[in-house]
Amino acid sequence: MKKGSLVALKQSAKQANQTENIIYEKSFTVEGKTFKHAGKVSTQVKAILQNMNYPIDKVRRAAIVTYEAEINICSYAEKGTITLRLTPGKIIIDVTDKGQGIADINLAMKEGYSTATRRIWQMGFGAGMGLSNMKNYSDAFDISSEAGIGTNVKMVINV
Amino acid sequence: MTLREVKEILNAEVYVGDDQLGMEVKTAFGADLMSDVLAFAKAGSLLLTGLTNPQIVRTSDVLDIAAIIIVRGKRPLPETIRLAEELKIPILGTNYILFETAGRLYEKGIVGCVETVGKTSEPN
Repeated sequence: MKKGSLVALKQSAKQANQTENIIYEKSFTVEGKTFKHAGKVSTQVKAILQNMNYPIDKVRRAAIVTYEAEINICSYAEKGTITLRLTPGKIIIDVTDKGQGIADINLAMKEGYSTATRRIWQMGFGAGMGLSNMKNYSDAFDISSEAGIGTNVKMVINV
Repeated sequence: MTLREVKEILNAEVYVGDDQLGMEVKTAFGADLMSDVLAFAKAGSLLLTGLTNPQIVRTSDVLDIAAIIIVRGKRPLPETIRLAEELKIPILGTNYILFETAGRLYEKGIVGCVETVGKTSEPN
């Protein structure tokens, strides 16, 4: 673990229960509406988990869901934050963005549904697979969104 | 087979990874849609694609793809080459179309990293 990256938490039992003993937490900012740095956070998340010797398949799944989330921010949002949070039994990827949000989440979750533009297709995305990929590679998946405000996606991979 | 044999079969140019041609590969996945690559491709496979932007490298990195083969005579963008060098992911380029690339590799023993996706009417 890198120096300074370990989050020491002193908290009440109730809080501890809520946060399930966070042993590591790091947040990354993602620039929206540009693919210039798309994937950079995923590469970093993958490296952190590899350095901590997580099983390779868990690392891969965490990297994939992070990458899909990152691509969504780069495609649709104004800006976003990706937080990697580790507890003894879980890898948690918590993604919050500010932007257009999703008006109909059920529709957005359907494979093949997309609001992508040519700019996004050119990068190899926008086919309406992102959210379902995130869900399929996660053990737990939560999404909430408000149109015109932004979206939050929380993904858990059990270890 | 080795990546060197892949290079010979496809008469390919090596853009990144001249020093990694000894690696063994057995499987491949071909698509221009990175979300499908993310959904279905398996670690250690070759990625055959007609895309040339840096996202082919990022996608390969998160999936632990062994090497990228760019088809249809396209050339990787300079930023794609830079990223592949940084992440140590070989990129080869061939003039063969995707179908020919896949066929020539299959003929020599490379198989799909998955055969089918989703439900099929045929039993396995």
